[in-house]
Amino acid sequence: MKMSDEMSCCCSASSCCSAKLITPYSNNDVWVTGEVRTPKGNVPVVSTGLRLQDILGAWKVRWGIGRMNYKISPGLYAVGKPGPTSPVLVSANYKLTFDVLRKELSGLDCWILILDTKGINVWCAAGKGTFGTDELVARISKTGLSEIVSHRKLVLPQLGASGISAHEVTRQTGFSVVYGPVRAKDIKGFLASGLKATEEMRTVRFSMWDRLVLTPVELVAAARFSLMVFGVMFLTNLFAARPFGLADFIAYAGAVVTGTTIAPLLLPLVPGRAFAWKGWLLGLLWTLAVVAYNGWFAAGSSLLAIGYLLVLPSLSAYLAMNFTGSSTYTSLSGVIKEMRTAVPLIALSSIAGTVLVLISSLRA
Amino acid sequence: MKYGYLRNVVTLHLSAERCIGCGRCAEVCPHRVFSMNEEKAQVDDRDRCMECGACAKNCPANAITVKAGVGCAAAVMKSWFTRSKPDYDCSCAEGCC
Repeated sequence: MKMSDEMSCCCSASSCCSAKLITPYSNNDVWVTGEVRTPKGNVPVVSTGLRLQDILGAWKVRWGIGRMNYKISPGLYAVGKPGPTSPVLVSANYKLTFDVLRKELSGLDCWILILDTKGINVWCAAGKGTFGTDELVARISKTGLSEIVSHRKLVLPQLGASGISAHEVTRQTGFSVVYGPVRAKDIKGFLASGLKATEEMRTVRFSMWDRLVLTPVELVAAARFSLMVFGVMFLTNLFAARPFGLADFIAYAGAVVTGTTIAPLLLPLVPGRAFAWKGWLLGLLWTLAVVAYNGWFAAGSSLLAIGYLLVLPSLSAYLAMNFTGSSTYTSLSGVIKEMRTAVPLIALSSIAGTVLVLISSLRA
Repeated sequence: MKYGYLRNVVTLHLSAERCIGCGRCAEVCPHRVFSMNEEKAQVDDRDRCMECGACAKNCPANAITVKAGVGCAAAVMKSWFTRSKPDYDCSCAEGCC
């Protein structure tokens, strides 16, 4: 421990060290409002208010724009006027995560230790291992944290626990780990109560709003796939006796929205447990409605009706199944079990359905 | 709102013999699967477990085993095609995480 401290300091003269900046930032980082001096160098002070730029940035990544490159420099940051006894909160370098955290820290004096999670949020990064024991241990030593604070306690987000071995961190650095609440909005309450989290603070929720903010990315991903589908429809129309029209487009788009948005929103309300099943059920309801509305059950177009009833609900099922990755309660074992049944059925049903729809278009 | 995923699939195991009653598992579990009873941890509801692995990783007595992973269909699908272990890079734009 002692050795790494000495190595992380470039020079022995105190004047040199105090001028050093512990965490680099750029002039574009408007959320940095100043610097605070520490024995190891200067630490950027961050604002606890979000600007329009931050809010637009959050909105963009929710729609999948630049989502994989929305990050800040890892290192130590300050909120308010922290001193050697101020608490240290640990988080990830996804800018969205950082904003959600600092927004809740108004009026507090504390340190934020940001780990390099490659711009991924705490929970996912913990699952991947980048929000992990090794990175935390290395970041403590790189920032010289043990000389900046006099206490030996770190507050970690509870959802980081799947990447961190608390006793291992203590063994390697001397810092003890306290897991804070799941949600940043509970941090003030947690700190005020002497680092005690209530059961409520410790429980992951998955409200309709939580689910809603996750659906645009699913929709954008499905839109890319849809361009291919529209290409096939367009090519078919060159030879088709019954060209695809607006009604077909609506039937298809409805199935996509059902799988990517409606199924996630209605998740706990749809009977059953498997996500693919829930998506299939809602997709079937949609398809029955749209087929009936267009009169496709009539004798002349029954092939089209059957085709759509095979392909559209399985499309919704597939898209809903993909929401398992966004959900907060699906286990890997469960997902694998669900997929072993669902994926072959989805594949067979959608291939058969596509063939029927194409046949009915081409020969009418 | 209570969520329920598939039943009887979870790989979580707790050894009561090894448990030293520190309570870390109950602290870290995001779905409150554990509770403390007479200085020992106990599993209240296995089916709520999402196999995140936080309990096992933070158990200083190695009393908990779980096949940890992320329940992400897109990642599993990719691993089937590439015949590799699921990679949760979340860059698949399929919305995991």
